[in-house]
Amino acid sequence: IANRGEIACRVIKTCKKMGIKTVAVHSDVDSSAVHVKMADEAFCVGPAPTSKSYLNMDAIMEAIRQTGAQAVHPGYGFLSENKEFARRLAADGVSFIGPDTHAIQAMGDKIESKLIAKAAKVNTIPGFDGVVKNAEEAVKIAGEIGYPVMIKASAGGGGKGMRIAWNDEETREGFRFSSQEAASSFGDDRLLIEKYIDNPRHIEIQVLADKHGNALWLNERECSIQRRNQKVVEEAPSTFLDPVTRRAMGEQAVSLAKAVKYSSAGTVEFLVDSKKNFYFLEMNTRLQVEHPITECITGLDLVQQMIRVAKGYKLQHKQEDIPINGWAIESRVYAEDPYKSFGLPSIGRLSQYEEPLNLPGVRVDSGIQEGSDISIYYDPMISKLVTYGSTRAEALKKMEDALDNYVIRGVTHNIPLLREIIVHPRFISGDISTNFLPEVYPEGFKGHPLAAGEQRELLAAAAALHVAAQLRSQRFLGQQRVSSVPQERRNWELCVELDKRVHMLGVSRSGNSYTVEIDGEKVVVSGEWNLASALLPLTINGVPILLSIQCKTQNLLLLSKLAASLNKLMPEKIPEDTSSILRSPMPGTVVAVSVKPGDTVAEGQEICVIEAMKMQNSMTAAKTAKVKSVHCTAGETVGEGDLLVELE
Amino acid sequence: MALCVRALLGSAAARSLASPGRSLLPLRGRTLTLPGLRCASTVQQRVELKRRKALEGGGEKRTEAQHARGKLTARERVALLLDPDSFTELDMFVEHRCSDFGMEADHNKDFTVFGGSLSGAHAQKICKIMDQAMTVGAPVIGLNDSGGARIQEGVESLAGYADIFLRNVMASGVVPQISMIMGPCAGGAVYSPALTDFTFMVKDTSYLFITGPDVVKSVTNEDVTQEELGGAKTHTSVSGVAHRAFENDIDALLSLRDFFNFLPLSNKDPPPVTECHDPSDRLVPGLDTLVPFETTKAYDMLDIVHSIVDERDFFEIMPNYAKNIVVGFARMNGRTVGIVGNQPKVASGCLDINSSVKGARFVRFCDAFNIPIITFVDVPGFLPGTAQEYGGIIRHGAKLLYAFAEATVPKITIITRKAYGGAYDVMSSKHLRGDVNYAWPTAEVAVMGAKGAVQIIFRGKENQAEAEAEYVEKFANPFPAAVRGFVDDIIQPSTTRLRICRDLDVLASKKQTNPWKKHANIPL
Repeated sequence: IANRGEIACRVIKTCKKMGIKTVAVHSDVDSSAVHVKMADEAFCVGPAPTSKSYLNMDAIMEAIRQTGAQAVHPGYGFLSENKEFARRLAADGVSFIGPDTHAIQAMGDKIESKLIAKAAKVNTIPGFDGVVKNAEEAVKIAGEIGYPVMIKASAGGGGKGMRIAWNDEETREGFRFSSQEAASSFGDDRLLIEKYIDNPRHIEIQVLADKHGNALWLNERECSIQRRNQKVVEEAPSTFLDPVTRRAMGEQAVSLAKAVKYSSAGTVEFLVDSKKNFYFLEMNTRLQVEHPITECITGLDLVQQMIRVAKGYKLQHKQEDIPINGWAIESRVYAEDPYKSFGLPSIGRLSQYEEPLNLPGVRVDSGIQEGSDISIYYDPMISKLVTYGSTRAEALKKMEDALDNYVIRGVTHNIPLLREIIVHPRFISGDISTNFLPEVYPEGFKGHPLAAGEQRELLAAAAALHVAAQLRSQRFLGQQRVSSVPQERRNWELCVELDKRVHMLGVSRSGNSYTVEIDGEKVVVSGEWNLASALLPLTINGVPILLSIQCKTQNLLLLSKLAASLNKLMPEKIPEDTSSILRSPMPGTVVAVSVKPGDTVAEGQEICVIEAMKMQNSMTAAKTAKVKSVHCTAGETVGEGDLLVELE
Repeated sequence: MALCVRALLGSAAARSLASPGRSLLPLRGRTLTLPGLRCASTVQQRVELKRRKALEGGGEKRTEAQHARGKLTARERVALLLDPDSFTELDMFVEHRCSDFGMEADHNKDFTVFGGSLSGAHAQKICKIMDQAMTVGAPVIGLNDSGGARIQEGVESLAGYADIFLRNVMASGVVPQISMIMGPCAGGAVYSPALTDFTFMVKDTSYLFITGPDVVKSVTNEDVTQEELGGAKTHTSVSGVAHRAFENDIDALLSLRDFFNFLPLSNKDPPPVTECHDPSDRLVPGLDTLVPFETTKAYDMLDIVHSIVDERDFFEIMPNYAKNIVVGFARMNGRTVGIVGNQPKVASGCLDINSSVKGARFVRFCDAFNIPIITFVDVPGFLPGTAQEYGGIIRHGAKLLYAFAEATVPKITIITRKAYGGAYDVMSSKHLRGDVNYAWPTAEVAVMGAKGAVQIIFRGKENQAEAEAEYVEKFANPFPAAVRGFVDDIIQPSTTRLRICRDLDVLASKKQTNPWKKHANIPL
């Protein structure tokens, strides 16, 4: 298995079921990773950077030779769509569990794939069918097609090396970024340009083909919820497609697969506009990240099918055997900060980690465990959380519960955002597009806005918890001094500051039940108080509520009445003036520094570029000023919050 | 209020002393004893008047000035620190005895009164409380906000200092003493906190120095601000005088309440046990993969500490000073323990002068107050170099060795990775009467690392790489120590919490005494 993380684990699971022995490859930092432990054998292929390990074909070929592996599953990403790798495997007589070199080459090149798709009578997007040589040519072509346009890497995928431009200036900038990103991600900086379809849905068709000319379509996946062209929430089937459109898309996908003599599992991506016109986007000649939802509704194990096809067996199923049973939703749980442009990578060690596998209808595909490190070297995905139900509503309810029961501590994660998406009225009604996130949160994601009732519940729970913890801290076991507590208190006056608003609360206790008075209203909180647990099942006014206890949050301050009155006297600590200081918003590598001390920069001007998880992020000046000092150099690794540049 | 408010936190034994005029008061359910007032009931009106004036302290104006400086008055501080309505003030009626230089006779040396400078009368009040604390076995907490000796009172206030110093020394090792510096504390006044077990400071509003910036300028011609000279940052990260700093008065006093719950009341008191909701047999799977394979790669010892102790609750002492060693208090199955650990993340976790002294003082505190010590070892050795040798690493390093060797409390040691050379011996090894010594499978107990060892043994010879591999095979693992019984077991890291909790149960009844001596002679 020439991959790491959750997909390597996923493939190993099916191999185990089929009685196939597995070899894991890993970089040195991954030597105690979950996929390494799960596999029967493991082989170290180099140091942490992917170009020296998981993309290091020589080392992987060596691993294959030494372990005598008969077939290679490439997972997704890394070498999964690398024709050179497929060719070398073929030369060594090792099966590549995926399509053959010809299909990878044809579909991997966006320009060529479009031509083939056109020939196979697949609907395509208007655009320029050739390599764009330079920024000026890009501007010229963009003018011909008409704005907006999309600039993307010819060899790319997964949103990397992709930029949208609305005018000439953005086209030039986009060209520069995309070619740099394409070069660093794929080692190929060729770019192409096409018409950008505004407000589309992203719906893809899973296909499965064998080496005997048979091909099936396994229904669609709705992947419209995206941020920066990367998928966040997917579902199957789509609420948008009717059987006629589904069949039309499926048949076009199959005809494309047949046109390139495709074998194995593949995905044909389409953009669908509001009138259900669909356009071919690209074909991914590999197993997709979001394949589990297709497995849920069709009952097929795609990895097993891929292995069968690679072995040369014929497909077991006919098109009419492929059902849509129930509904499946997938949330991609990432180690990233959802409050910064819907997710900037965060790194760290998972100090506490519990998957909600105790719930029915929940599947978690992950390649990490408690204690694992999320590093800057690899994709920051923690897991794929999949829920399945007989109806969409049931699957969504299960997703809600699963997200609530998921315990992740030690890294910032995007569960707050996922939780908001799946309960949003627009999402529930199926009214989504690839612009869902920027439309729903034009100011960026700010977290869940508490309704008045929810706020009361939170305040009451916090107060009850505080009192329970206070009482516990007074109970000393097996010591005489315990008896000297004159009388256990029954009433408390507390002051809670939540989101800069101060609330006075009265708490009274009887047994395990706390009555909290907030602004004249009484809220009764009761429950088992295991103060060590990260999840606390409570009953608030008779309704069961699951309280997730994070370590410390900045926006809730709970003090006794006295402390609160004195706290007003405390001077506010003056926060650092951030407009003149540029700090790294995430851990990563400095790719370029465009200024030096003494330069004058304009507001919004690029100061430096930071690359993290293969994404280049331009850091800009917050005001017009002179550069006072530069604290980073190109090539340097920086942590989150590290000082980069100071302005005067 | 220079050393003015000394709260006595009494033990159950104090209850037998309770008599009319005394009251028993709780701080987090633990009895606090304060002698009450002997009221002269015959002059009821005068009493009322004086009491009212005393409660006003320096008056509204000066209270406001104190607030404007971001500080609370003594009485507000006491109200926050203690359980509600539990403080009874002592000696509210004592007046200081000097009326020269236009000073007005007043009561209670609140900070707002006379800048909290120390008068003879004031010192007398403090001594009285401290004597009482010693008699009943109750911790002493000093909230310090003092300008130094009251110059106007001359030698009388100097004598007052000495009286307090003597009591600090007598109380040392008998009851825990904590100083919270909440304002300027200069001149002689600084030596009282220095003699206590823990000195905490409030950021931006507290200073500790022998002489202020003006005197420094006139003597050494150095330009330095109060903050640079003796602020919280200086003392918690550079000088090591203070053990921790807090954001403001409120944060400081509330944190002090949490800290207090870790401590026993006196040296005759067992460490407190609280109700624990964290299962004592909880496995910590993350520890199995925590130590990196490359011996040169760092990891964070705090990750180990946090995941092993109850509810990740670890009160770190000196978190910003000598960061290559981590010390602090935590609970295991509800029972207070002292944690000492080398920090591979900082200077590879080596022992140097500062970290040795920091560790030694902490170990001695735990030993004095019956708190079991859990030591996590990943130490490549003592830091070499002229700076260290000239600084006296030999005698300072000896302090840590001495402290561990002398300690008779339960001692549990876990070697997580490197335990090299003399530093292996020092870090609570079996040879220093460690009760239970464990090694993780990643442990390497050896005289030194493979490379250094091979360079010495095979100096000038070829095949060094081969020899190095052989050395690693032979010594860079826990077996040489295990076969000799220097470690009691090689344990799976994920089971560490479970094993420690079980061992602490067994060791709870440990009794061990050192030979009789007047006092030992630690290499100071």
